Amino acid sequence: MKPSVGHMIETRGLTKHFKDVRAVDGIDLTVARGELVALLGPNGAGKSTTLRMLTTLIPPTAGTATVAGFDVVRRQREVRQRIGYIGQGNGAGHSQRGRDELISQGRAYGMGVRPARARAAELIESLGLGEVADRKVATLSGGQRRRLDIAMGLIHAPELLFLDEPSTGLDPQNRANLQEHILRLRAEHGTTIVLTTHYLDEADSMAERVIVVDHGRVIADDSPARLKAEHVGDTILLGFDSEQETTAAAATLSGRDSHPYGKELRIRTQGGPRQVPGLLEDLRSAGLPAASVEVIRPTLDDVFLTLTGRSLREGGANADRQPAVELVEV
Amino acid sequence: MTSLVADTRTVFSRELRPLRYDPFTIIISMVQPLVFLALFAPLLPGDKSEALRWFVPGIIVMSCLFASSMTGSNLLFEIQTGSHERMLVTPLRRPALLIGRALKEIVPMVAQAALIVVVCLPFGYRLSVGGALLGLVILAGFSIGLGALSYALALAAKHQEWMFWVVQQTLLFPILLLAGVLLPLDGGPGWLRTLASFNPLRYVVDAERALFTGDIWQSTTVTGLVAAAAVGAFGLFVGVRAMNRST
Repeated sequence: MKPSVGHMIETRGLTKHFKDVRAVDGIDLTVARGELVALLGPNGAGKSTTLRMLTTLIPPTAGTATVAGFDVVRRQREVRQRIGYIGQGNGAGHSQRGRDELISQGRAYGMGVRPARARAAELIESLGLGEVADRKVATLSGGQRRRLDIAMGLIHAPELLFLDEPSTGLDPQNRANLQEHILRLRAEHGTTIVLTTHYLDEADSMAERVIVVDHGRVIADDSPARLKAEHVGDTILLGFDSEQETTAAAATLSGRDSHPYGKELRIRTQGGPRQVPGLLEDLRSAGLPAASVEVIRPTLDDVFLTLTGRSLREGGANADRQPAVELVEV
Repeated sequence: MTSLVADTRTVFSRELRPLRYDPFTIIISMVQPLVFLALFAPLLPGDKSEALRWFVPGIIVMSCLFASSMTGSNLLFEIQTGSHERMLVTPLRRPALLIGRALKEIVPMVAQAALIVVVCLPFGYRLSVGGALLGLVILAGFSIGLGALSYALALAAKHQEWMFWVVQQTLLFPILLLAGVLLPLDGGPGWLRTLASFNPLRYVVDAERALFTGDIWQSTTVTGLVAAAAVGAFGLFVGVRAMNRST
């Protein structure tokens, strides 16, 4: 019955087919204890299906997965006992009261009545649910319900927490709030956290490791910084007073990957900010002082674009207002 | 880790809790069969106390049949909102999810049965308490099975909820009529009696009638027990399978 030491999650060729659809197509994944990992990808990429297999909700078509030391098919109860799961929906029944749901959730994990009650009170306090915990769940706002979901997932202080699209449908303030809670949880308890998201900024700011999933496969797996450096790099944008100067500057910097566009010179490079002073110096001594300079650091979307030729862009100019993800062919 | 009984209690008390805050729904469901009894019993021919002896167990069986076949309907909403999924990720034993929900539907029926009996006492109705208690155990076994089947139906129909109601309504009345709950089957044609002999509820009803009058040592008790146990086991098997296969 002892869990194997070592990795928190380990999958080999994890696969899920729904009839003809290869939702997850052979994923090899290793997550160490204490990691905070984001699965990033467009809708339908296989993120949620992967999570549902890891949380024992659906059996894999092929391949194996070990979670918290136990096989997700043969040792479901042991896996369930050790993980917390916050799904896309609301975990609390709408006709129930939040506090009751928290206590019965604790009971479901084998906690005694009194410890469950105490733990529920503790979570209600720390998630700021004091005023609404004894109201019917149906009367709670979206943000309050989401915090209640988080509390439900944490009732048994799991060593591993899965969150499926945790901030979808939340306004920016609630999103920031939620992210803060997740990060605090990790800092205080060292909980291993695996979340799926299609919010680029969320993956970027929270996770120290991003696993990019597309068409049921892992196409990249690294820290946001390294993913960007490796797959995209920085762009230095130099502005000049005339097109002639731009062309001359491009000739001066012939050793570099530079492209003039009108009065603008785009230089693709690694470690952009560190290169700017030297670059400006070189141009000045060639009699071509730049009028403006801008360093554009890549986003994870640029990484996705480079990897797949498609953009993982959130609809509209203001991503916060339109949470729906949109796949744009370019 | 918890036991099956503890898990069932967790599910059952969770299910029952909203009723505590909203007792009105219980009162409505209690009164319903009384209305039915008041309007139907006067139509029964012959001696009233004799008629009630035949009719009261039937009414109680009918209430349990209706209630337990509804087990899945509450589930449909919880499947949509995500709270069912949340429970599936907990280590709760799968049969406990089925039994706990079915029990929530039928435990109020026990109170209802008591109410019906009390209401009928002034009309000369008498029952054997011991027999009736054994009868309720048999009925519970049947209802758990049917409740589990209703649960499985809700899982199968989660993407088209109307399907749940179509199937539930289509099956409910044949099961009811072919069990001889409202009208005796004895006078029916041969084909109907043959059909009824495949209906497990028919054996449950026969057992209930004998047990409520105190005829415990009857073959109907054994056949009723066997039928209820078979439905219970089959329901749990199908229900657990449906849960494990549901995507």
